[in-house]
Amino acid sequence: MDDCDDRHTDGHLLLDRDMMKQNAIIRVENLNIGYDGKVIMKNLSFDIPKGDIFIIMGGSGCGKSTLLRTLTGLIPAQAGRILIRDTDFINACSKDKLDIMKHSGILYQSGALFSSMTLAENVALPLQQYTSYSRDRISQIVSFKLALVGLCGYEDYYPSEISGGMRKRAGLARALALDPEIVYFDEPSAGLDPVSSKNLDDLILEINKTLGTTIIVVTHELASIFTIAKNSIFLDKTIRTISAKGNPRELLKNPPNQQVYEFLTRGEPNEKGTK
Amino acid sequence: MIEVQTKDHHLICILEGVLDATTPLEVSVDQLRNKKVQLVGRNIESWNTDFVVTLFNVLQGVPKEHITYSQIPQGMEQLLRLAFQSPYKEQEVTQPKLPFLERVGDAGLCFCRCVKKGCLFIHACLVSWGRQLVGKAVYRRKDFWMVLADCGPKSILIVSLISFMVGLILAFVGALQLKTFGAQIYVASLVTIGMTRIMGAIMTGVIMAGRTGASYAATIGTMQVNEELDALQTMGISRTDFLVLPRMNALLLSMPILILLADFLGILGGCFVCVLFWEVPLSEYIRYTINSFHITHFLVGVFHGVVFGLIIALCGCYFGVHCGRNADSVGAATTNAVVYSIVWMIVMTGILTVICSWIGI
Repeated sequence: MDDCDDRHTDGHLLLDRDMMKQNAIIRVENLNIGYDGKVIMKNLSFDIPKGDIFIIMGGSGCGKSTLLRTLTGLIPAQAGRILIRDTDFINACSKDKLDIMKHSGILYQSGALFSSMTLAENVALPLQQYTSYSRDRISQIVSFKLALVGLCGYEDYYPSEISGGMRKRAGLARALALDPEIVYFDEPSAGLDPVSSKNLDDLILEINKTLGTTIIVVTHELASIFTIAKNSIFLDKTIRTISAKGNPRELLKNPPNQQVYEFLTRGEPNEKGTK
Repeated sequence: MIEVQTKDHHLICILEGVLDATTPLEVSVDQLRNKKVQLVGRNIESWNTDFVVTLFNVLQGVPKEHITYSQIPQGMEQLLRLAFQSPYKEQEVTQPKLPFLERVGDAGLCFCRCVKKGCLFIHACLVSWGRQLVGKAVYRRKDFWMVLADCGPKSILIVSLISFMVGLILAFVGALQLKTFGAQIYVASLVTIGMTRIMGAIMTGVIMAGRTGASYAATIGTMQVNEELDALQTMGISRTDFLVLPRMNALLLSMPILILLADFLGILGGCFVCVLFWEVPLSEYIRYTINSFHITHFLVGVFHGVVFGLIIALCGCYFGVHCGRNADSVGAATTNAVVYSIVWMIVMTGILTVICSWIGI
């Protein structure tokens, strides 16, 4: 991993690691991930700067979603440290963990909306849990959040009554309910048609731009990666760790290894791929 | 037909005529392993994929670069090339069967893990219940009313029907025996004591395990598949508070009422048989029923029902929460919820019966 490059968004400047560390909202150090005692990825170390759109990419089954589940506390880390907002997330007490969770939102692959609740009730749930707002105020916030994702007027619909793309947007509205500093996306484009997928990418960019939210996306959709990414890591199944870091466009220009080149070019024959 | 010739350390397989599943291949995988093979077509009349499958299996041990094709139909050649594109994976060596003691040990450890998981779940439920008592549990009242409506009013019809039939059967079977002594009037006592003390509770429990317990496991299991449980966890909302508590409360509330109904309809079923088939006067049946009815029997039955309600809710929710992430797992969770609910109900009935006889009620 030491030979990985960190490049600035515009591709001209190398990022100062110390500056990046100071600015990091999430810092991962020597993290081992897996489940049932089986290590899937090891020695993962990377920083996610505040306000970044950070992509976790890699081939199918390489452990992207496992890393996301570890970062969000759904499965325990096997070794290493995760610092979120300067708090050790793995060893934090339940109060600190809850505080971090309150500042994070997650959009799951399927949207994960509660099927017995309307869209408004889904979005209102975290507000009812963590705020003391009145019912009217919550209702106003819910309508606003749904409008933000283009679902104005769908408050009383159930998840089963709307399309997959709309479910994802509703899931995003719920993830944004508490104005989180970090929003995680698990395969946002999965199961969406190209237009819906592009609309979701545009929405991610808008949210990042207008709210300054740090966005972490797990995906292998190249169109999305090149549209939204500012920084990324590439998880390599063969060496079971990160094999590249940086802006995906820069990685495509100067691929650090064959796997990254093949991934970013959909497996095109490589003439200059390997460094 | 296939003819195999050896030439300069090459094996030449000549494919001829009709090539299908019945075409004999007079060559084995071991004969061809690591050899250079030339496949030659000669007057091939027809071929199908069955033959290609057989040929591919025989050529498994041959590196793809050692196979050459000559006058083979284009489709067949393309199919074989395509199949050889995927890397050959050696068959995994099957694990030797573990010694008996090791298997017993594994089973024991597995059992301990299951018991631990179950105990942790019950502990989490108790904590949630405690939080509910101090008003800190987080669940939607609307969910509670929805679940209550499902396991209460919507279960009335089936509970009524089954209880009536059970009372009817008890009366029939009892009367057949008692008639030989001219004592068919005591069927009223038999049905009353039987239904109020245990049968009403057991039948209601079995119905609710199949209806409500299965529904709990399937609903929560599907939520697991749809990542809804993950969403709850990452929102910092307790799953036992949000999902288990309303379901447990609903069953604890509805079971005594359903048992009351089951008892009444069971007695009515007995009355129906006695009055219509065994010519017992209605007034006599009612008199014997009132004489046999004892509040202790009724309360023992209701207590059984409350315990059964708890068992059904815990089993349904436990298997739902610990469901895997595919459709099969939801099916398995549902089956397990019903089976374990019924097994634990029978076990608890035995325990409660022994306790009741010890304390003399």
